[in-house]
Amino acid sequence: EKADPQKTALLLRKAWTLYSVTPLYGFRRARLRDYARLLGAFIAAEKQKGLAVEVGVELDIKVALSSLADIRGSELDQAALLVQLSSRSRGSSRNSEDKPLWWGWFCSVFGEELSENVPEPFTCLPLFLSHGAESYTALVGSWFQKTFDCCFRRLAISPLNLSWMVAMWAGCKLDRAASAVELVFSVPRLAQPLEISYAIHPEDAKALWDTVQKTPGEITQEEVDVFMDCLYAHFHRHFKIHLSAAKLVKISTAIASAHCDGIVKILHSQYLPGVLMLLTELAISQIQ
Amino acid sequence: HLATSLPLPSERDHLRPRIDLVVFMIDIKSKYSLKNVETSLAYVDASFFLGKVCFLVTGVGRVNACSIETNAVCKLGETYCSPVLFCELELEGVRTATAQRLVQILRICAGHIPGVSALSFVSLMRKSDDD
Repeated sequence: EKADPQKTALLLRKAWTLYSVTPLYGFRRARLRDYARLLGAFIAAEKQKGLAVEVGVELDIKVALSSLADIRGSELDQAALLVQLSSRSRGSSRNSEDKPLWWGWFCSVFGEELSENVPEPFTCLPLFLSHGAESYTALVGSWFQKTFDCCFRRLAISPLNLSWMVAMWAGCKLDRAASAVELVFSVPRLAQPLEISYAIHPEDAKALWDTVQKTPGEITQEEVDVFMDCLYAHFHRHFKIHLSAAKLVKISTAIASAHCDGIVKILHSQYLPGVLMLLTELAISQIQ
Repeated sequence: HLATSLPLPSERDHLRPRIDLVVFMIDIKSKYSLKNVETSLAYVDASFFLGKVCFLVTGVGRVNACSIETNAVCKLGETYCSPVLFCELELEGVRTATAQRLVQILRICAGHIPGVSALSFVSLMRKSDDD
């Protein structure tokens, strides 16, 4: 499971906005250069039409498509596909250093549930992650939708799924000092929106999870419930507030952080496949 | 009559009319509401569970705001032999339809529908769930 460290470094420590994508029709891995050219032409044409993405600065948008061969769960998964948009300022006469503008990548980690039921000409890469201006995401998204007849949908994360993530990730073993486990709640039905942030020492959180989890490597809904109930009870004891009545909107651990609007940041390369596997599962349930 | 939890305050016992139906409301966005219902169930006399109790799960329209697993609620319904209704109060049509269903169940529980008792009605609902 060794990944190319340079490419993987690109994926870490960035806030990615999540989407689910239906299978791509007629996608050919060998034609990546052609696709990059076509996408570049599409973006240039849209800018000509006046749907400018950046006002004022004259930018040439360069498109690069590449495969991330190591980002997959098993041989049954398609390798991940990375799309990079960079700008080259037309005016500069000096060395043309491309400035990265936007990244987007498609992936599937243990997504057999979707791909095994899908016929030949379709390619399954159900999870899409983007970082950069929303306008570029819209441009790239609409080109892919037109070219491969697929559909992108924002992937939101429910409080139920967020609690799975925090339980799983707080329980992970880390060699160096880890950052705090943080849960952010939003309190409903108030005149002024109120957010409650609950930070837990990572060792305490891991110790709690270790007493709850019965079989290493397996997690059940009951175990996640017990873990969360302990956290809620502890908070109630001190502050007399029932966090279980509030909405869990964001969780943060040393491994990764996730927001209910479908925004994720992965911090640790060792756990990248695990996080992607969970997100792939969420994307597939949204598609089906 | 609305209450945020059970048991009901005993001071008003002598003024209270006969209770024909207890509807436990669970908000799918609030884990706390499920816990509250689970605690309150302990204060309900066993005879009510012969068709005079039902669970109403609200907020089901918002899939992305789920804090409770649907299975957990269905299991609750099975454990207490009572039907579970799902609805979305924010949609007027569903709100009205749900209210009508509850009123109909209440009529049966109060004995206003000749030939149908609360117990027979609940066994009918259970049979159709199993199918």
